[in-house]
Amino acid sequence: MRFMMIMIPGGYEKAAPGTMPDPERVAEMMKYNDELRKAGVLLALDGLHPPSAGVRVSFKGGTPAVKDGPFAEAKEVVGGYWLIQVKSKEEAVEWAKRCPASDNEVIEVRQVHDFPGD
Amino acid sequence: MTSPAIEAVWRIESARVIAGVARIVRDIGLAEDLANDALVAALEQWPTEGIPRNPGAWLMAIARRRALDLLRWNKRTERKHQEYSWASSTVAEDYVANLNSLMDDEIGDDLLRLIFTACHPVLSTDARVALTLRLLGGLTTAEIARAFLSPEPTIAQRIVRAKRTLAEARVPFEAPRGAELAARLTSVLEIIYLIFNEGYTASAGDDWLRPALYEDALRLGRILAELASGEPEVHGLVALMEIQSSRSRARTGPSGEPILLLEQDRGLWDQLLVRRGLASLERAERLANQRGPYTLQAAIAACHARAVAADATDWRRIVDLYSELGEISPSPIVELNRAVAVGMAYGASAGLELVDKLCADARLIGYHLLPSVRGDLLAKLGRSEEAVSEFARAASMTRNTRERDLLLERARAITEYPNR
Repeated sequence: MRFMMIMIPGGYEKAAPGTMPDPERVAEMMKYNDELRKAGVLLALDGLHPPSAGVRVSFKGGTPAVKDGPFAEAKEVVGGYWLIQVKSKEEAVEWAKRCPASDNEVIEVRQVHDFPGD
Repeated sequence: MTSPAIEAVWRIESARVIAGVARIVRDIGLAEDLANDALVAALEQWPTEGIPRNPGAWLMAIARRRALDLLRWNKRTERKHQEYSWASSTVAEDYVANLNSLMDDEIGDDLLRLIFTACHPVLSTDARVALTLRLLGGLTTAEIARAFLSPEPTIAQRIVRAKRTLAEARVPFEAPRGAELAARLTSVLEIIYLIFNEGYTASAGDDWLRPALYEDALRLGRILAELASGEPEVHGLVALMEIQSSRSRARTGPSGEPILLLEQDRGLWDQLLVRRGLASLERAERLANQRGPYTLQAAIAACHARAVAADATDWRRIVDLYSELGEISPSPIVELNRAVAVGMAYGASAGLELVDKLCADARLIGYHLLPSVRGDLLAKLGRSEEAVSEFARAASMTRNTRERDLLLERARAITEYPNR
């Protein structure tokens, strides 16, 4: 089964466009990514620009409305994700626990819907 | 196993722990026992004390301590039991080496040794498969038995015997080098691909552990691609497996009936796996002076993966790839596939000419795909009666009921609409 580990960095909702993660943290994360890759579980990963550089398209009343970031209403925003393939939810959680995340970060572990026949 | 959380840790760590201990005791059977001791300790302590911050290091430390205790004890009592005297003869050097904290790539080296040992040619194919799944895939004997539709005692015995064979043959816990490497690597890749196919050909009604085998194989392949990143055929095999599994959603219909490649809904192909497969293929081709059999098969699979629709397939390229494959690993099956590709690229009569030559090949007697392919080409040439009899012949040769239905259906369709 596939799981997405969604990184939610506290404060990222307010980060300025072009904010880059600290190189030391990047090096640590790359080591972690390597660990996932060496274990044969990593399918894909990406880091996202802050929401201040993003756009929200909402559909209230059935009409798309476009709004530029940052979004004052957002309390938690996605900073990036890992897509992994493992045998159980517990295994996904175990991998999430190994992430060298900092004090203000949260990882949400979510199972990806399986297609019939998967 | 009592706790799913501990089970998850074990799944991640077991192969590394076994490999790390095998480096000390030089016997993978003994190494597995010692690793299991560590698991038992974890099952006793973790539920009350909690899972340690670094569970892998914890397990490794316990298992290695047990290993060193055992070796010291063996030395002291100078027991000359053959299985242990072999191990203790190498202890001094390894003991010192292992006082240093294990670096990550050292564990990688140990894992690679474990893979090569579990797939050692001194073992039968069945034994290599069972041992690989047990030691590297982290599957229990019961899981392997269920996946292979065998009784559990059979698999248990097979594993015990395999370990004994390795000990008796004094197979060193080493990764092969130089000239030996190529042959040994072939053995490893063969086992991984065999596990993959075992799972991939399982049908939807089977126990889920059977199809899960192909994911186990893919994971092993991906691990091996990191450990032996300079070996083109490893990437070739991974590419082949990634691309094949990208079609898993498309290859069967709603009632489990097989759907042939060219008739599959390509929108259901998993593009993430396709991209991963193409990237692995690129690595394989970059590393290789001459493309090996897995890389070539992956290159053929990639031709299909790249085609947005079945009629956009580059059949001429596929013909060339099969020709190259036939040169390095000649087989009538490859020739038959080449004939199919020729039929698509250069017309049915060109394909039929090749198939007719193959009809004389004794190795293909009883192989249902030969009349099936021939029937297909005859139908395209409007030779309906011959086509019907070939499909009927093919149907009588296959044991797979779904495949038989498909063949009989084709024969029936031609009889009813001979001019289509």
